[in-house]
Amino acid sequence: MDLFEYQARDLFAKHEVPVLPGEVVDTPEAARAATERLGGKAVVKAQVKVGGRGKAGGVKLAFSPDEAVERATDILGMDIKGHTVHKVMLAGLGEIAEEYYVSFLLDRTNRTFLAMASVEGGVEIEVVAEENPDALAKIAVDAIEGVTEAKAREIVEAAKFPAELHDQLVDVLQRLWTVFVAEDATLVEVNPLIKSGEGKIIALDGKVTLDENADFRHADHAALEDKDSADPLEAAAKAKGLNYVKLDGEVGIIGNGAGLVMSTLDVVAYAGENHSNVKPANFLDIGGGASAEVMANGLEIILGDPAVKSVFVNVFGGITACDAVANGIVQALALLESKGEAVTKPLVVRLDGNNAELGRQILTDANHPLVEQVDTMDGAADRAAELAAAK
Amino acid sequence: MAIFLTKDSKVIVQGMTGSEGMKHTRRMLASGTNIVGGVNPRKAGEKVDVDGTEISVFGTVAEAIEATGADVTVIFVPPKFTKDAVVEAIEAEIGLAVVITEGVPVHDTAQFWALAGQKGNKTRIIGPNCPGLITPGQSNAGIIPADITKPGRIGLVSKSGTLTYQMMYELRDIGFSTAVGIGGDPIIGTTHIDCLQAFQDDPDTDAIVMIGEIGGDAEERAAAYIAEHITKPVVGYVAGFTAPEGKTMGHAGAIVSGSAGTAQAKKDALEAVGVKVGKTPSETARLMRAIMEG
Repeated sequence: MDLFEYQARDLFAKHEVPVLPGEVVDTPEAARAATERLGGKAVVKAQVKVGGRGKAGGVKLAFSPDEAVERATDILGMDIKGHTVHKVMLAGLGEIAEEYYVSFLLDRTNRTFLAMASVEGGVEIEVVAEENPDALAKIAVDAIEGVTEAKAREIVEAAKFPAELHDQLVDVLQRLWTVFVAEDATLVEVNPLIKSGEGKIIALDGKVTLDENADFRHADHAALEDKDSADPLEAAAKAKGLNYVKLDGEVGIIGNGAGLVMSTLDVVAYAGENHSNVKPANFLDIGGGASAEVMANGLEIILGDPAVKSVFVNVFGGITACDAVANGIVQALALLESKGEAVTKPLVVRLDGNNAELGRQILTDANHPLVEQVDTMDGAADRAAELAAAK
Repeated sequence: MAIFLTKDSKVIVQGMTGSEGMKHTRRMLASGTNIVGGVNPRKAGEKVDVDGTEISVFGTVAEAIEATGADVTVIFVPPKFTKDAVVEAIEAEIGLAVVITEGVPVHDTAQFWALAGQKGNKTRIIGPNCPGLITPGQSNAGIIPADITKPGRIGLVSKSGTLTYQMMYELRDIGFSTAVGIGGDPIIGTTHIDCLQAFQDDPDTDAIVMIGEIGGDAEERAAAYIAEHITKPVVGYVAGFTAPEGKTMGHAGAIVSGSAGTAQAKKDALEAVGVKVGKTPSETARLMRAIMEG
């Protein structure tokens, strides 16, 4: 889960990383009082989970509470790369002498963690990495030892920070590492990390990604979820415990196993090339079990998506045999119809694997007018695409 | 011979007495796995009857090894306790730890992976978030259904469980030496490269199917490895061409970040070293069939 800047700032403050005072508001009028509390001046920053907001006009200075209201009025509701601004953060204005960059992240390639640091902060770090790779220090961090004082010093020296800042930076890096570990983050990035006019190191901006697998030991992380901008179908699916991602096509997809479902999306997209370019409408993995109830929940979400024109149920019976899955589909349809839901979209079902023939027979016997069977994944994808294109 | 797991493997199950652990212990036994014990400190000394086979429960992995000579552990404990279970397995220096559990925090995985390294990698880790591995007709350590394929000479390595099953099923008449589900988490123990290397060295494997998916650069690195070290034919498949940037697709590690980790980049890397990459799972199976049937 990616956090907003203000949430990252709160986590930094919690672990005593130096930050500027700041407040988050969602109305222009609230910006006035916040700016007054900040001493009458503030920087007004759009809260969006996407880079490049400065260039898009999402960061403005305000030298009076009135100006803060005007700037907040401009920025709230703004669209930045497809993200609507619902909140702005007002942060204290300070003098910036230098802009640096530091981050801790997951290093998948080396199966450990990585520290990155540069004296060239304030710009996109990908650009620094590309144009001046020597200016970006990358130091592996052992997952067990973590960022000790010695490790922090190694990072600071590798990045060639000015000597007079080393002690301060070593301290800040260790605190940022505490954020990374204590909050189960997979990314903690500060860009820019500034040297203020008084020579103090301060985290001016923050980007944090949290590992949702660790939510069981962070009761407070649930409150960080951005429910306002969640897709309503994704939110409904999440409430039912389903693994669902909304996409922008017309063929609803249900399958078992993440890899098989990803593969199903691809195969449907290929098939769509021959059928008015229809595309998959979603990712939905109902897992290995594929019980009737889970199947019904999944179908309910997908049939509730107005963009869906046809549905492709693609199940490989591994642990669960196909007869159980077929019964699940039949019961799911009956369950939805008994709840008064109009099931009007055609379903193409492909069952393969354990007891595939038994499963197919169950669906044949049920003889549901909207259910059609195709024995192969490629053939079924083609039929589902054709049905979606015909609607 | 196969890789990592044979009929001689002595398997214990950590978390055997839980519902998932018991269900799959039953299935593993039914498919011929030599299960020599379970581990649960609260039930140490008890015996569990699994469909007529009596299995002893030990308090620790070390005790189980001491008493039975176990060399493989399959771990079914919940995410909260997974790190401790794997650490225990590593400290007991068991040869292979198969971590089935899904939802393990990545900091925990990074830590037990680092510990395995510190201890000289005496314990091979497969997973987490994986279906395990099967050497058909010999042994099955994990949750892969045993009855969808038969023994043969294809080696398979995959990030995905169900795509593994699909491939095993489509090529069931030819059969497999060993199929390894390495898991879909951002950090995993055994990689594509480890399996490619083992299959290359395995006299019972003639050709290799490699299944990848979006996220990370494991497939790209595997491609480079194939170019240097693999002389057996390799057929590839990559899932997730239609995955949008920044969205996790089921597996915690299946995510395209910016321009990194795309299916296209992985396919291109594999094709650049001469690996035939199927457009769909079925086409991939046909490519492998053509190789095996000459």
